[in-house]
Amino acid sequence: MQILSWIADIPSLVLNNYHLLLSGLWLTTKITFTAVVFGIFWGTVLALMRLSNNKILNIFAKCYVNLFRSIPLLLVLLWFYLALPQVIKHVFNLPPYADVRVVSAMIAFALFEAAYYSEIIRAGINAVAKGQYHAAYALGMTKSQAMHLIILPQAFRSMVPLLLTQGIILFQDTSLVYVMSLIDLFGASVTQIGVVQGGTVKYSMIIFAAISYFIICYTASRLVNYFKKGINR
Amino acid sequence: MSFNWTLFFESTPYGDEIYLNWLFDGIIITVSLAVTAWIIAFLLGSIVGICRTLENKFLNGFAAGYIQLFRNIPLLVQMFLWYMLFPEILSGSLKIWFISGISPNVSAFITAAIALGLFTSARIAEQVRTGIQTLPIGQRYAAIALGLTNRQAYMYVLLPNAYRRIIPPLTSEMTNIIKNSSVASTIGLIDLIGQIDRINDATNSIVEILCGVTIAFMLINYAVLTIMRFVEKQTRLPNMNHGG
Amino acid sequence: MISLENVSKWYGKFQVLKNCTTKVGKGEVVVVCGPSGSGKSTLIKTVNGLEPIQKGKIIIDRTEITNPSTNLAKLRSKVGMVFQHFELFPHLTILKNLTLAQVKVLGRSNEEAREKALSLLDRVGLLAHADKYPAQLSGGQQQRVAIARALCMDPIVMLFDEPTSALDPEMVNEVLDVMVELAYEGMTMMVVTHEMGFARKVAHRVIFMDAGEIIEDTSKEQFFTNPQSDRAKDFLAKIIH
Repeated sequence: MQILSWIADIPSLVLNNYHLLLSGLWLTTKITFTAVVFGIFWGTVLALMRLSNNKILNIFAKCYVNLFRSIPLLLVLLWFYLALPQVIKHVFNLPPYADVRVVSAMIAFALFEAAYYSEIIRAGINAVAKGQYHAAYALGMTKSQAMHLIILPQAFRSMVPLLLTQGIILFQDTSLVYVMSLIDLFGASVTQIGVVQGGTVKYSMIIFAAISYFIICYTASRLVNYFKKGINR
Repeated sequence: MSFNWTLFFESTPYGDEIYLNWLFDGIIITVSLAVTAWIIAFLLGSIVGICRTLENKFLNGFAAGYIQLFRNIPLLVQMFLWYMLFPEILSGSLKIWFISGISPNVSAFITAAIALGLFTSARIAEQVRTGIQTLPIGQRYAAIALGLTNRQAYMYVLLPNAYRRIIPPLTSEMTNIIKNSSVASTIGLIDLIGQIDRINDATNSIVEILCGVTIAFMLINYAVLTIMRFVEKQTRLPNMNHGG
Repeated sequence: MISLENVSKWYGKFQVLKNCTTKVGKGEVVVVCGPSGSGKSTLIKTVNGLEPIQKGKIIIDRTEITNPSTNLAKLRSKVGMVFQHFELFPHLTILKNLTLAQVKVLGRSNEEAREKALSLLDRVGLLAHADKYPAQLSGGQQQRVAIARALCMDPIVMLFDEPTSALDPEMVNEVLDVMVELAYEGMTMMVVTHEMGFARKVAHRVIFMDAGEIIEDTSKEQFFTNPQSDRAKDFLAKIIH
């Protein structure tokens, strides 16, 4: 029953190190938020490219989405940690010691998640019944009028819960910034407190990390469900 | 910047191998981990998913809790949880064997397979549940009206249909498990990702190595999709092209 | 053969069946009709326990199905049921659809089950389709297979839940013909249907339901020539042009 004593140690460890944990949580939130916003924006652009009649845009979007969906997020992060900072520093003429990790992480997540968002958005648009296009055209609407007056509002309703769920997955995935040696919620609890203080503290803190993520994600997914029921009504 | 694109065909500092062999070593570990974890995930996920559709309140509640637990904790955290706590759970000679009797790469493999398998099982359980619940209710009625017991109805009617329906989402879970297996590198497994550091230490050519690993992942992904397309074709019923 | 006493059922607060009481004797053909939402499909599904009831008693062949100690699976194997949407098992061939329960429930040998299945397929005129899958057959053919599947179990009674209402009009008769033949052979049948022609031809009794209640439960002649309630008169006026 060592586990119980490790759990019992959690409250005092958290109280003594709350500033570290909060700054970790802040980084997690920042990355999640920027990735969701830019990911949805770029994802929408990609989805519209895929649905457009322009062959070049179509193929570009298809390749982009397939590329990012076939490789691990972790690998994308390594690209942005190990290879691209040199390029970024070179392009923007930054000094070699400049720390671009946080920005790199945000860009990496946004570019990666956009591929997933674009598929959700595309599926949402495709799910609107064909008859709706016909009805819109029959009323004399142009293609773009039909899209933004009739199709997108309907697609959006069915998409929102999926976009939010993807946001929760993204929140969990941000823990992978560990491989960029960034101190997010996971890094703060497990490496900064757990491993640094040593002994059984690392056990307590990994359990703490698991519980924290669980509470946040479970609550969020409950809210999404609640919201989904509201929409369907 | 200059690149050395023939890097993978140069020989390693240890002699008779070329770096491509190291890349292949990584591919083998990544694929074996994914396959092992998939077997765990598929078995557990099926059981939990079936429990989720039963009327038994206890089993249903247990399954619901299981799914929530493993879905709402990041894989990285689960990986570290097992990495740190698994040796502590073991006792006696098993613990000694796990800590010092096997090579670190093997113990990391076992830990990662458990973590990845359980993580994925919750997602498979959700698919299995959806597959069963979206079957027309009449199928269950028809099976039961013929006198089949609940267990027989699942075995002969509901599951064969449900699994056929969920081949597409299971395929995407398979590609996910390949991608997710990369997280095992954080607990020291020398998989495809683990080889990045190893080759980079010897050659210092990160861009070329990342390109190689990226291509390797794309090929594995493509192989999974091809195999599953074949499976889907084999299991498809005549005249049932639309989801049935 | 079948007896229902004060059967009541609720979905939450909504009562779908209100004190339904009736009997079906051996060899009798009883047609259950009524407007949609009247509870007739629910009623027939309670007979073999597919829909649980909260109050009342159902007895089939001296076995009380509402008794918790009853072996429901065994009882159901003696009660054939045909559904609105056929409910053939899409992953099994027609032949396998007919043999599965014979082997797994009745414990017949594969050979015995196969012979039984083929003879019944022959009887419904579909022997040539034994190795096809359900999706390769028309609706009418699928429903005939479903009837054969139920008959394979040597049922003592057959329940039909709107067997023709999901069919294209030109396929209704091929299914009704099989049912008429069954009735003439003396099979005990309880049939939920709107096909008044079928009722006229073979029914002994007609049960009329509305809003979860059995409004009329009389002989066929009485029902068609002299319905007692206004609701039944209304219904007949609408359904018979």
